[in-house]
Amino acid sequence: MADEIVELNNGTDGLIIVGIQRRGVQLAGRIVAFIAEREKVTVPQGALDITLYRDDLQTVGPRPVVGPTIIPVDIDGKHIVIVDDVLYTGRTIRAALDELADFGRPRRIALAVVIDRGGRELPIAPDVVGKRIDVLPHQRVDVFVEELDGKDAVLLATKAAT
Amino acid sequence: MTAPLGKDLLALEPLSSEQIQLILDTAEPFKEISERAIKKVPTLRGATIVNLFFEASTRTRISFEFAEKRLSADTVNVAASGSSISKGETLVDTARNLEAMRIDMVVIRHGASGAAHFLAQRIESNVINAGDGTHEHPTQGLLDLLTLRDHFKRLKGLKVCIVGDVLHSRVARSNIWGLQKMGAEVAVCGPRSLLPNAISEFGVTVFDRVDAAIEWADALNILRLQLERMQLGYIPSLREYNRVFGVSRERLDRVKRDVLILHPGPMNRGVEIDSDVADGPCSVILDQVTNGVAVRMAVLYLLSGGKPELAENAKGGGA
Repeated sequence: MADEIVELNNGTDGLIIVGIQRRGVQLAGRIVAFIAEREKVTVPQGALDITLYRDDLQTVGPRPVVGPTIIPVDIDGKHIVIVDDVLYTGRTIRAALDELADFGRPRRIALAVVIDRGGRELPIAPDVVGKRIDVLPHQRVDVFVEELDGKDAVLLATKAAT
Repeated sequence: MTAPLGKDLLALEPLSSEQIQLILDTAEPFKEISERAIKKVPTLRGATIVNLFFEASTRTRISFEFAEKRLSADTVNVAASGSSISKGETLVDTARNLEAMRIDMVVIRHGASGAAHFLAQRIESNVINAGDGTHEHPTQGLLDLLTLRDHFKRLKGLKVCIVGDVLHSRVARSNIWGLQKMGAEVAVCGPRSLLPNAISEFGVTVFDRVDAAIEWADALNILRLQLERMQLGYIPSLREYNRVFGVSRERLDRVKRDVLILHPGPMNRGVEIDSDVADGPCSVILDQVTNGVAVRMAVLYLLSGGKPELAENAKGGGA
């Protein structure tokens, strides 16, 4: 995936890797490390917490925990790659796009996800995908990362009918 | 499940340490928003908030207004003068009329202790106490806690002395409750005429001499000496107050370590605090003001929580 991102950007110039809280941040870190190893360049890394931009804040309660948002460099004219674990409805990415717009005007924003599980509710498509799988609406895909969960894994969970 | 704070924020006394911790932790990410070029997130879009200020206030009112605007809420400021309040309308009638215009939250500053509580029981909207009489000023207490935590990286075991007019100070009460719940040790220092008679019931140490307080404390929270108190005979003169209880560079230099200096403002330079202390290297007075916006954003965010019955439906939405 890291190679694909570099290829998509025609190199590492102006590239910024931005992970979405929470698992996306760790995955973004991995991608930055891979690029550093392959290309000998450390690209800037950021983190986005999209909680405050969610479109369902008026309906969810109690309030979700808000994590830090860190955009370390000016993003005007840069090439941003948003990194997240699972792409489903696309609503998180919609929120991330809105949030990035408040930081500046990147030349381009791309999307990289480990798992694309289908089921989009918005016109959003990933540019780089680890794996595309078909998952039923009542099933859940969990991506585990070692930094937070102690292991790297992708699990498919089926919820009991309620 | 209910929202983690309930409907209102009226005081720190009824809150648990977990609830205070939640507010402080939530304030952390909100600090960053005020550092952005576009200082605004859409979180409270469409919410209407009324700032109902029956007493003069600059810092608190503007801080709340910034917090509300940076969360995209629509705000209206109502001051006592120039409104129907000056025609004799009661507090409840004013609030009910505002509510009839479909508001979501009320931030109230009032000269009577318990005014926020009284209002909260009578209207549907969320109520935030921005200072009621000599009772509490919870968001000030919270921003003081956040500023102390920023500096010391902990609150537990911290020694904080509140210096000055504790008797009339709602800031003092919110600080005492908040600090004690978070495991800090609290002391007060001031002329006996400006300490409550039953001060020992708060479980605080009392210092009669400010030098002893400085010797003991990691941080001093210096209260404003309300100048009108002098006319009422609580203290003989401002000069004497400054000589006996004023925090000066000279006094701080006697201890061979740094003592953090907080002040809720507005300051009377040369009375309770000397200029070289207020502007000195250990002063975090302006950090308090910066943190005030973040804390108030956190409180607004947490109180405006959605309806619990919808939470279940929203689950399983995922990314």
